Amino acid sequence: MVSGESVMPLFVNGKRLDGRRPDEMREVSITAGPLVKADGSAYLELGKNKVLAAVFGPREVFPKHKTDPYKAVVRCIYRMAPFSTEEHGRTRPNRRSIEISKVIREVFENVIVREIYPKTAIEIYIEILESNGSTRVAGLTAASVALANAGIPMRDLPVGVSVGKIDGKVVIDMMKDEDNYGQADMPLAIKPTTGEVLLIQMDGKMTRAEFEQALDMAFKTASEVHEKQVAALKDYYEKVEGEIGEGSGSNRNESNAQSHLPSQESKESKESKDDEIEIA
Amino acid sequence: MISDELRKGAVQEFARNGKRLDGRGMNDYRKIVVEKNVVGTAEGSVRVRIGDSQVLAGVKIDPVVPFKDRPKDGALTVDAEFLALAHETFEPGQPGENAIELARIVDRGIRSSEAIDLKSLFIEEGKVWGVFIDLYMLDHDGNLIDTSALAAVTALQNTKIPTLEGETVNRAKTTKLNLRETPTYCTYIKVGDKIMVDPTYTEEAAADARITMSVGDDMLYAIQKAGSGAFTKAEIMELLDRSFSNRKQLLSYIMK
Repeated sequence: MVSGESVMPLFVNGKRLDGRRPDEMREVSITAGPLVKADGSAYLELGKNKVLAAVFGPREVFPKHKTDPYKAVVRCIYRMAPFSTEEHGRTRPNRRSIEISKVIREVFENVIVREIYPKTAIEIYIEILESNGSTRVAGLTAASVALANAGIPMRDLPVGVSVGKIDGKVVIDMMKDEDNYGQADMPLAIKPTTGEVLLIQMDGKMTRAEFEQALDMAFKTASEVHEKQVAALKDYYEKVEGEIGEGSGSNRNESNAQSHLPSQESKESKESKDDEIEIA
Repeated sequence: MISDELRKGAVQEFARNGKRLDGRGMNDYRKIVVEKNVVGTAEGSVRVRIGDSQVLAGVKIDPVVPFKDRPKDGALTVDAEFLALAHETFEPGQPGENAIELARIVDRGIRSSEAIDLKSLFIEEGKVWGVFIDLYMLDHDGNLIDTSALAAVTALQNTKIPTLEGETVNRAKTTKLNLRETPTYCTYIKVGDKIMVDPTYTEEAAADARITMSVGDDMLYAIQKAGSGAFTKAEIMELLDRSFSNRKQLLSYIMK
């Protein structure tokens, strides 16, 4: 974070280094359910960011003394792969990733209906495979989809967006260079149905007016990203539906192996759980 | 601990009527006491009490190798320890996520505001002054963040940089560390739909969410939300305004 003096100009001919306008997000693509063994999973790309999120649960709590008799314990681990950054990083959790894991966990502690599964743990794993700025919001957006894919009942699908300030202008979705050489960085998580903020952090320098402008930009973009989350889940279940139709009794195991689909019973229960989420 | 759980209902009940257990207003801080230069071996040290919470901030300045990506800048590090003696629920050991978060929040306000001119801490190639701020929680009755931040900034305001003579650090020959900015921090909690500043431990146990803002006269430097509750945009903007108006009171302790 540098003030005023930019080591390199972040705007060239009114456009950002990758040609975007200030209010333009990078390309987002989300795939639900790419993993076989996890209860739920999602793969997300945001510009050059590549993020994999997976969910296990509800399952037993270890260590046992951490069990909550009234509700599910939510756990979240955010990590950056050693090869995800320019320089080789370490797998060990560092202070930054511990803090990020905490603030993301708190987003899902809000929306997961924890009371339905007391004495269990719901575990969220977010791995950043390639990083290029705004990884925590990309991670939590993917984690929402992974949780829904796992059939975890939720009140909403939180979505993450980042806003910031570069060369005096408020911008959406910062890339790595913009974050490193920019003047402010503000990741947020928004609850689409109520428009409330579930995560907000900020560092840098912003006036009250810039801050408000940034918040408004974030709210506007959040709904666009939310549509992609829903579309990814719809695509997944339409594919599942299609394959139920195609498969006949004896072929089912083979088609399961090929298309990484769970057995038919849980397919149906996942579809109905998807309906539950949509109502909210 | 159990009594705090039982008082949770009382905090919530009072909050519904816009009141707090100790009779404070929603925007009142508890009594603040600041003592400077409390540790002789530190380059700067301050103990702050807000109500019954106590934090001791110690600043040490030693020559270090600069960070690779900032070879001409001094190195600022902020660490926090939730000492076991501060509260029955604190266990000895490595800092947990709450201590790490607190240290990073305090760091953020100081770093973003560029309070310290890090370039002025450059000594020579491969050598800069490292500013180590260590926050020691001594007694926990809520709002360790504001207590720590006030201690850290006031300690910096009263810090002396030693002189490097060859390879030896001469701590008797010093220059004052000048701060370009003095960020103030305000932490609020949300109980139901009421938001109050400077929570006690009991109030924190009843809170749905917490948010800290670090500001200058007309600039926002850092924000951190915690907890599973939510904030609306309107609430966030209102808290920013409250943080600006609380600044005068908090500054008076830093500058005294």
